[in-house]
Amino acid sequence: MIEVKEIRKGFGDVEVLKGFSTTFQKGQTNLIIGQSGSGKTVFLKTMLGLHKPDSGQIIYDGTPYSNLDEEDQRDLREQIGMVFQGSALFDSMTVEENIAFPLKMFTKMKKSERIERANVVIDRVNLENANHKLPSEISGGMQKRVAIARAIVNNPKYLFCDEPNSGLDPNTATIIDNLIREITIEYDITTIINTHDMNSVMEIGDHIVYLQKGHLAWEGDKTQIFKTDNEDVTNFVYSSNLFKMVREAQLSKNSI
Amino acid sequence: MTYLHSIGEYFIMIKDAFVKPTKGKVLRDLIFKEVDDLIIGSLGIVAFISFFVGGVVAIQTALNLNNPLLPKSLIGFAARQSVILEFAPTFISVIMAGKVGSFITSSIGTMRVTEQIDALEVMGINSINYLVFPKIVAMMIYPFVIGIAMFLGIIGAYTAAVYGGFAPSEAFLSGMQEDFKPFQVFYAFFKTYLFAFLLATIPAYHGYFMKGGALEVGKASTSSFVWTAVAIIIVNFIVTQLLLS
Ligand SMILES: Nc1ncnc2c1ncn2[C@@H]1O[C@H](COP(=O)(O)OP(=O)(O)OP(=O)(O)O)[C@@H](O)[C@H]1O
Ligand SMILES: [Mg+2]
Repeated sequence: MIEVKEIRKGFGDVEVLKGFSTTFQKGQTNLIIGQSGSGKTVFLKTMLGLHKPDSGQIIYDGTPYSNLDEEDQRDLREQIGMVFQGSALFDSMTVEENIAFPLKMFTKMKKSERIERANVVIDRVNLENANHKLPSEISGGMQKRVAIARAIVNNPKYLFCDEPNSGLDPNTATIIDNLIREITIEYDITTIINTHDMNSVMEIGDHIVYLQKGHLAWEGDKTQIFKTDNEDVTNFVYSSNLFKMVREAQLSKNSI
Repeated sequence: MTYLHSIGEYFIMIKDAFVKPTKGKVLRDLIFKEVDDLIIGSLGIVAFISFFVGGVVAIQTALNLNNPLLPKSLIGFAARQSVILEFAPTFISVIMAGKVGSFITSSIGTMRVTEQIDALEVMGINSINYLVFPKIVAMMIYPFVIGIAMFLGIIGAYTAAVYGGFAPSEAFLSGMQEDFKPFQVFYAFFKTYLFAFLLATIPAYHGYFMKGGALEVGKASTSSFVWTAVAIIIVNFIVTQLLLS
């Protein structure tokens, strides 16, 4: 469980996170949605400690992050898996080395065991025939899958994903969404996902936080989001043509 | 004010490079890789430059020895002094600020802009130790490169002087051994160690703390070269003042 208390973060005189609180439970997929530039990535990075909050607290299972000394922060981070928006793969390492990297750093596994474990997650993210390629030699969607595999390889307790399925075809995107949800439930981990993909919201939106210009404008789950009377959320939800059509069809059906 | 801030940040980075080290085996692999990139990869250009600069020093000295009373052995003496004292340690290091320096800045800078450094940090890895420490260790072999540069510089001078017909072989060799002070070799290698440290850390600083995107990586490489070269020249001046005068 991760609790967020009155978090604030700005760069220079621009405040990006404007003071809000929420709680992310474990064993469910928590989604952060909002328009581009609403502060999702900054929020995620602040929770991870990559940005130091100006005020407020991030509490990991009862322990405020800011109370930890540097050593304990690193210990905590070993239990975190993170999928960056741009994948952030190590470009001097092959796909397999990238994925096995956390194991190499933090476990006593032998090389053969690491490779074996890496290949288990490689299978899970449906990554075929890429083990010995460099990140620059595979497609953007494949890079995303490598990033996800690297994030989950060492069985993290906390999983953060910044738009894990942007740049993937709808089919693979759904597979990735469901994969993340399965892992979350199976290992009972705290998972937080940034997205602006409404398919993800419908698929795995157990708990949804809607950010707008640095404020937490709405939170709820995937059934509530379609019924809310918060206009901004509704505009966001129905911004895609497909959803608009579905909604109009529904409204006209109701009016008959 | 911003300069002071940068200098402070630089020293904190150096301190952080030595704390909370990465796992030994991983670090060892990283060091070998850096030795390959920074040291082995520089040998060719260093050898080429040293040989020819040594040759030019000999020719210049010979051409300026108009007075027939001055012995030809002076060519060997002058070549040895200038190659060992300045050309090999300082001149080559300034060139390395361009080669090794821009390589370090752009490789670390690219990792910064593509969030690879954040990825390391998120995993709980001390990214400064991971990235900078192996470079510092690898650069401790750098004086060996300069040793080669000295050797080839003098060989170049000998070749140019003797085969160019400026001095007989015996005269060059006797001049080369004339008035040899081991302390000067110590001085040359002492400053080379300092340059090696600057060559590893100043470009690393420019890469690690850069902001922006791909365009800024290029700018950071340029300013990294300028500052490394300036630092080398200043340190050279100070060390020379302290040790030789
Ligand atoms: N390091 C930084 N320095 C200064 N401003 C920043 C920094 N990082 C983000 N910002 C600003 O914070 C705001 C929110 O950015 P953020 O990346 O969190 O958006 P986002 O919701 O993730 O958008 P997207 O969906 O496009 O990824 C933007 O206006 C951005 O310019
Ligand atoms: Mg973002």
